[in-house]
Amino acid sequence: MSAREQILQRLRQRHGGEIAVPETDFSVIADREWSAAEKLDRFQKMIESVHGEVHRVSEEDWLDTLADILQSRSARNLLVPLKHAIGRTIRDADRPDMPELLGYDTAIEHWLPKLFNDVDAAITSTRGAIAETGSLILWPNADEPRLMSLVPPIHIAVLEADQIFATFHEAIALQRWASGMPTNALLISGPSKTADIEQTLAYGVHGPKELIVIVIGAE
Amino acid sequence: MNQPTSHSDTPSAENLAAHGAVVQQFHPRARVALENPQIRRNFRNAMDGLMSKRRSAFEGWELETLRELGANIRQRALANLPDLLEQLEKNLTDNGVRVHWANDGDEACRIVRKICVARNAKTVIKGKSMVSEEMELNHYLEEQGIEALESDLGEYIVQLAEETPSHIIMPAIHKNTEEISELLHEKTGTERSHDVNYLTASARQQLREKFMNADVGVSGVNFAVAETGTLCLVENEGNGRMTTTVPACHIAVTGIEKVVGTMEDVTGLLALLTRSATGQHITTYFNMISRPRQFNELDGPEEVHLVLVDNGRSTIYQDDELLATLRCIRCGACMNHCPVYTRVGGHVYGTTYPGPIGSILMPHMLGLEATQHMPTASSLCGACGEVCPVKIPIPDLLVRLRRESVDGDSERPSNVRGHGVKRGHLEAAAWLGWRWMHSQPWLYRLGTSVSARFRKLLPRTMGGWTRYRSAPKLAPKTLHQMMAQRSSSVRPSARMPQSSNVAQRGNLS
Ligand code: SF4
Repeated sequence: MSAREQILQRLRQRHGGEIAVPETDFSVIADREWSAAEKLDRFQKMIESVHGEVHRVSEEDWLDTLADILQSRSARNLLVPLKHAIGRTIRDADRPDMPELLGYDTAIEHWLPKLFNDVDAAITSTRGAIAETGSLILWPNADEPRLMSLVPPIHIAVLEADQIFATFHEAIALQRWASGMPTNALLISGPSKTADIEQTLAYGVHGPKELIVIVIGAE
Repeated sequence: MNQPTSHSDTPSAENLAAHGAVVQQFHPRARVALENPQIRRNFRNAMDGLMSKRRSAFEGWELETLRELGANIRQRALANLPDLLEQLEKNLTDNGVRVHWANDGDEACRIVRKICVARNAKTVIKGKSMVSEEMELNHYLEEQGIEALESDLGEYIVQLAEETPSHIIMPAIHKNTEEISELLHEKTGTERSHDVNYLTASARQQLREKFMNADVGVSGVNFAVAETGTLCLVENEGNGRMTTTVPACHIAVTGIEKVVGTMEDVTGLLALLTRSATGQHITTYFNMISRPRQFNELDGPEEVHLVLVDNGRSTIYQDDELLATLRCIRCGACMNHCPVYTRVGGHVYGTTYPGPIGSILMPHMLGLEATQHMPTASSLCGACGEVCPVKIPIPDLLVRLRRESVDGDSERPSNVRGHGVKRGHLEAAAWLGWRWMHSQPWLYRLGTSVSARFRKLLPRTMGGWTRYRSAPKLAPKTLHQMMAQRSSSVRPSARMPQSSNVAQRGNLS
């Protein structure tokens, strides 16, 4: 008998017989009645409390904010999505105050050392955010691969103000996650950090040292 | 574990014996740890911090209702465990993830090796995984000539020091900055520094090189979702994401009990896990993996495997009371709040999982022979049970395991390995005598009055009991003698009416 059959058999032929199935009532984590403004405020407060940075901008001037952010960090380059409107807008603007723009246009095997050593910042879209915990929702894809939000030292995420959910529970229900998960889904709440050396917080241990959220349509 | 172990094709009796030798030195090691002010300070500071962070993270929450929800989600998953495992396997397989099953740690190690060999892998980078510690995977892979490197900063430190984790969430909690700086200097050439940012940055640099060159990434799993075929990982550092994204092959290892039904279940457990563990509302990353890299995607592993490890869990599953052990979500809160753990630290236990959770889990993995000290390393203060996010009645389970280790009777069939290991003939005979004496009033009176008369002859030391306590002293007169004196000196009319009740209830008449 294979290990699989042995294990399943032991579980199925349980000595104690059937286990009663308890009811689960999720209202304790689900019921939040926050207005859109409250959700945004809460999101900002929570993500700032874990070292995230938030900029509220309008549809028109987010590029100015982005350029400022990059200049203040002396970023030499910015990795942008090639198909998403965010990337297109940045490229089409063709601004002199933007650093060199890079695209993730080939499989990681072909440019791993460059991504790890030479990219200063990356910008990605988000699928929304969670107010309660101050989390961004990302579903990486071919246009915005998984390592974009992980390897460069600065991750800039663009969030639409009307896409903030109260809780994770609400987000998965409204976005119907149960009907199909992507290859990889992420909640990101702040920059990479560790407290493994005597409980002292240090940022950027493996992932980005900085997480900057540009919230569009929140002015 | 640093002990030599054997990984032959047979279940490893030798391995167990070696392990047994390690775990049985609890008391001598505890004495050493208690006398080490550095260890005591490191743990005290860390645990105080964690306790207060947890408290504030739950402020404003209906914590009892939330814990109830957590317990029910886990209990429901356990009630459907075999079905959920099959559903998980089916959905993962449909998603392109390969699922393997292992009866024990050795079998799981061999599965990992086989995958590595098939890919001609020479280096493995690891995210934090307590199940891989349970399997002693690093040691096994090294024996097979495959380098296994930990990438979680705490695990990395522990590995450089050739130690084992002392806490399930914070593996290097027993070390302070100075010790870590010295270690990094000695092993990696990092400049000595008290600047944690500097030390961290230097580890980042070293580990990035390793990530780029690793052939295989091995990680644990916090929740495996049956409905969608999704593996969820909770972490702060990003090394878990690196491990599961950069190498061309990802192997996740997990215990069979980690499966839950739905993503909704995950939301409930996640709310409890991070707040209980580190007092965070959520960790930096919550990483959900459902597939290997798809044809048009540009990164991620081309192969993803899941190894489901039993290692004693299906035996725990048989018993209605012990079953609750499997609800555990490995938050570590019971350790952080344990007065014993906080004082002696994790290494004293000598097992993969220390503290209260270790004490109710390890006896099933290693048998009570090797772990009999664990259920007794508790004052039964109840703190662990009170903070456990999935309401495992840890103190009750500790008492149950204590009973298991001295019970020798065949009336109560037991699944616990090493059942009755502590039962001694002398002690059993003494209790038999005790029972007999207490059911014969004349014998009881005789016995107590003889002991009262010769009380001076009673020993002053009584083994372990009197190491930190004074020996009990018998009163010069027995209660019977005092009652008899009292009734002869007090007039009948003044006798208190209750006294006869008291006597009856006390079974003295
Ligand atoms: S027993 Fe409870 S408190 Fe302890 S680690 Fe498991 S879930 Fe956490």
